[in-house]
Amino acid sequence: MSGESTYNPGTGFTQWLDTRLPILRLAHDSFVDYPTPKNLNYWWTFGGILTFCLVTQIITGIILAMHYTPHVDFAFNSVEHIMRDVNYGWLIRYIHANGASMFFIAVYIHMFRGLYYGSYKAPREVLWILGVVIYLLMMAAAFMGYVLPWGQMSLWGATVITNLFGAIPLIGENIAIWLWGGYSVDNPTLNRFFSLHYLIPFLIFGVVILHIWALHVPGNNNPTGISVKSKQDTVPFHPYYTVKDGFALSLFLILFSYFIFFAPNVLGHADNYIQANPLVTPAHIVPEWYLLPFYAILRAVPDKLGGVALMFGAIFVLFLLPWLDTSKVRSARYRPLFRQFYVLFILDCLLLGYLGAQPAEGIYIVLARIGTIYYFAHFLVVLPVLGLVEKPKAIPESISEPVLAAKPAE
Amino acid sequence: MAEQDKPTAEQPNRRDFLYLATGAFAAVGVANVVWPLVHQMNPDASVKALASIEVDLSSVETGQSITVTWRGKPVFIRRRTEAEITEARGVAVTDLPDPQGDSERVQKDEWLVMVGICTHLGCVPLGQSGDFNGWFCPCHGSHYDTSGRIRKGPAPKNLEVPTYEFVNDTRIKIG
Repeated sequence: MSGESTYNPGTGFTQWLDTRLPILRLAHDSFVDYPTPKNLNYWWTFGGILTFCLVTQIITGIILAMHYTPHVDFAFNSVEHIMRDVNYGWLIRYIHANGASMFFIAVYIHMFRGLYYGSYKAPREVLWILGVVIYLLMMAAAFMGYVLPWGQMSLWGATVITNLFGAIPLIGENIAIWLWGGYSVDNPTLNRFFSLHYLIPFLIFGVVILHIWALHVPGNNNPTGISVKSKQDTVPFHPYYTVKDGFALSLFLILFSYFIFFAPNVLGHADNYIQANPLVTPAHIVPEWYLLPFYAILRAVPDKLGGVALMFGAIFVLFLLPWLDTSKVRSARYRPLFRQFYVLFILDCLLLGYLGAQPAEGIYIVLARIGTIYYFAHFLVVLPVLGLVEKPKAIPESISEPVLAAKPAE
Repeated sequence: MAEQDKPTAEQPNRRDFLYLATGAFAAVGVANVVWPLVHQMNPDASVKALASIEVDLSSVETGQSITVTWRGKPVFIRRRTEAEITEARGVAVTDLPDPQGDSERVQKDEWLVMVGICTHLGCVPLGQSGDFNGWFCPCHGSHYDTSGRIRKGPAPKNLEVPTYEFVNDTRIKIG
């Protein structure tokens, strides 16, 4: 909705600036008088929450880097130094560690919002793809960040994940050695992971700017999935959505604070408070909760290369989603069958998440296989077929119509 | 432009040549600059310098194992019992996922030397456990036998036997 700019520089200075660098005009048109569908619900507030999470992680991360030492002999102790000696170090580290989990809670809600309301469909395919790129970068940043405290889970998590690359035929072994800078996960690996962990958030920041740019060309999707038809369908971003986003963020911060102040280690693993030991593997290696469904897929396959391929495939299939869903109707509100499969898909993801945390044996493996098959079937069979066979409900003429119809006549 | 300078399918002109030559030079130059940026991540001289170690085996009794560190990885050295050797030799090689006879994996029947890294995703297997009385990897459930060969689970290969030699009867050099 890149309409005419409504920016009107009020002072002499802003007029002077506007003819040289129209940055205030850009901000005004993007975040103040930006026309936004008037029916957005609270599921739409997670974009703002995610921006907040990213900024929080960058600020706390820069501070932690001032006190942390990326060396196998000092890393573990420097983290304890942050916890015990550095003024408010415990607070900053707990914000950063739990902030990662909060970031993923928000991004999963944001993604499932997009899945439900068809936000990935034309003309928002590029917007969706950029989102998946951000998600991939987030996983890389989270994984490398988890290695830095150099506890047992850090070392062995890094070992398992870097060995995934060893599954690549012919060159896999050399790629793994190249990633390690040695013959196993060791000091060179820790050092470079620190460097990359510092880099990735800024890459994410860059892609977020592209993501918002790609959002502001077609404009927001909305719960009806119907495109904006007239000015009647929109309200200015400020104050309507700045306030709504702000309120949602406040609620989100209550949850965030609960974890920071009352359960700071609940989402982590006790094993990571044992210093890394290359000669002893913990009995039960588990990644952080947000990676568990993919870990379950990896372990469901009895073949090394196959498991790795399916795990990466589970993410890659998201890139193809805009073309796999053949239905022209965006919002699940008007897709009765899709709604049921959507619920099944959420349950499947939760099941895989649960199984990823269980030992790889017996019934858990059988269930993980069923869950993996269903995960791919949802994208490769259900979505393409559903668009052809489903009879959608009647779709309103405009965004305003159902809103006005729901209200009693005055 | 003179008539003969006009580009045709059969006869590229001088500008086409310059264009390609410049491009080729630039590509070679970029590749030369990129390689050091990539290669710096490979094992450095100090890592490679630690490539071999010597281990004294005189204190290891039959049925005992020791674990030593080599190139940052654990190496299992086990003095096997008669029963273990017999068990390892009693398997039909063709039935194995990664067929290899026990005698190809040891230099002296008694001494089994191998890298203690699961060939699946790099965990350290636990000794004398699993369904085949050898090693068991708790991470993803791979079972190895008394010769360190994969028998069950997701690992694709047998535990790796490093290059080693007996310096004398009670000393080996790994690497």
